[in-house]
Amino acid sequence: MAQNNFATIARDGLWNNNPALVQILGLCPLLAVTNTTINGIGLGVATMMTLVVSNGIISLIRNWVTPEIRLPVFVLVIACIVTVIELAMNAYFHELYNLLGIFIALIVTNCNIIARAESFASRNPLLPALFDGLMMGTGFLLVLVALGAMREMIGSGTLFANAHLMFGESARALTIRLGDYHGMLLAILPPGAFIGLGLLIALKNAIDRRRAERKAVPAVAVAAPEPHTA
Amino acid sequence: MPLTTSTSPHAKGHASVTAVMLQVLLALIPGVAAYVWFFGWGVVINITIAATAAVAAESAMLIIRKRPVRQYLGDCSALVTAVLLGMALPPLSPWWLTVIGVIFAIVVAKQLYGGLGFNPFNPAMVGYVVLLVSFPVEMTSWLPISTFSSYDMSFLETAAFIFGGQLPPGITYDALTEATPLDTLKNNLGQGNTVAEIRAQLGLDDVTSLLLSVIPIFGTIGGKGWEWVNAGFLLGGLWLIYRKIIGWQIPVAMLGAMALISGAFALYDPGHHASPLFHLFSGSVMLGAFFIATDPVTAAASPTGRLVYGAGIGIFVYVIRVWGGYPDSIAFSVLLMNMVVPIIDNHFKPRVFGHGRK
Repeated sequence: MAQNNFATIARDGLWNNNPALVQILGLCPLLAVTNTTINGIGLGVATMMTLVVSNGIISLIRNWVTPEIRLPVFVLVIACIVTVIELAMNAYFHELYNLLGIFIALIVTNCNIIARAESFASRNPLLPALFDGLMMGTGFLLVLVALGAMREMIGSGTLFANAHLMFGESARALTIRLGDYHGMLLAILPPGAFIGLGLLIALKNAIDRRRAERKAVPAVAVAAPEPHTA
Repeated sequence: MPLTTSTSPHAKGHASVTAVMLQVLLALIPGVAAYVWFFGWGVVINITIAATAAVAAESAMLIIRKRPVRQYLGDCSALVTAVLLGMALPPLSPWWLTVIGVIFAIVVAKQLYGGLGFNPFNPAMVGYVVLLVSFPVEMTSWLPISTFSSYDMSFLETAAFIFGGQLPPGITYDALTEATPLDTLKNNLGQGNTVAEIRAQLGLDDVTSLLLSVIPIFGTIGGKGWEWVNAGFLLGGLWLIYRKIIGWQIPVAMLGAMALISGAFALYDPGHHASPLFHLFSGSVMLGAFFIATDPVTAAASPTGRLVYGAGIGIFVYVIRVWGGYPDSIAFSVLLMNMVVPIIDNHFKPRVFGHGRK
């Protein structure tokens, strides 16, 4: 398959076909938990791990699963993986687990994961499938972190609050306070998530357009110098 | 002689957007004057800050969007948005509050949607709601009417507070600010008092109130002081209807719906529901009915649609005031009905001439 090119997979997952900014998949957790950076990282990493493992397993079993029953099988596989990850997080990151709550279990229903299983992992060998899971997961994670950081800074005037939940007690020092700014509550509330994601998508589109224009400029420049006859 | 063919309408009125907006500003004067009389100079400073910020934000966005600045700025619509927002804010709002609200109103609610004529939501009210949700403390600290204020702030002292957060020596912010009549009524009703009891405690004549140092919430018909502000806006609004700048449908439907529903509840249980007149002449009802709900861009288009739209706002205002979490709710009601406008417009299309009559 043409998609086996690893550079293309990476570019698709991180930018061109970013699950959050372009496919707009998995919005429910994306919008709900990104009120702090650490929440974003926590859910992003959990989602990424699920993606990698599910892509791997589905790629391995792809030749034994008949097309008629593939979706139930995929869902079953994903549900198993999420359960494992949920239990592991409950054991090792208990407080973070409590903060994220239902949204860890809801990774099962993240359409991004079943979409990758269906459209990529079930048609590709193990290595590209694993790499695709990693890249798509990283793309999702980066958006979660960017949105979380944005909302946390504007909304509560901190950055990396509660970092110890994720990285242990020594990480308490990571928390940054932005002066005596107390924050604009709107950014932490649900509307802030929608507005923030909208701005991120707009930013991505603007960057893409500028790049396209820059690419188009040399061609125009060659054609431009026409003698002014008027 | 060049003959041009143009599309309809072929008979044009004389009203340009600029002329309409300037008359709206003119009509606001009686209300603003009453406001200044009762609540001091803060509102004038707020409006000035808001207007400056609005012109700057609008120009910046027009330049970014590569639109002719002079032409679009000249329609004065940004100025009206700014004045309405500046008036809706508490008189002692710090300057950054006003600026953030205006920037949100102009940049996000208006220009990102495509500028005047394309915004689905009333920009001034979006700015107000953003501030109310984001900064609840600053947005709910109001001044009592000047007669009962513990300290009468001069123009310069007000400006010093708004720009620098500096209060006159010996005065604290908490001593200066006071809950609004609607707020007080809501809290007292929530504590199980009846309207008659509250009226007995807080509806005294001026001399007795000063002696007992309680701040009265009941005026002759509406909220103390607020009734005059509302009367001022009512006057300006009626003039706008007389000049045919706004239609009568939205204000009449909104005030009528509010009067009906509050009258029904006041009749059913007068102990726990204030009279219709109190509801109509408190808070920002008249400002909302004549100046905010009638925004031609975000309101429903057809006459019947406008009746439905106005009545919807009136009902929402009452429902949120009485059972909701906020003491006043013009902004939320207007935004909620803005959302329904496409459906209203779809259902109440005017009959095409020569078609559809049975």
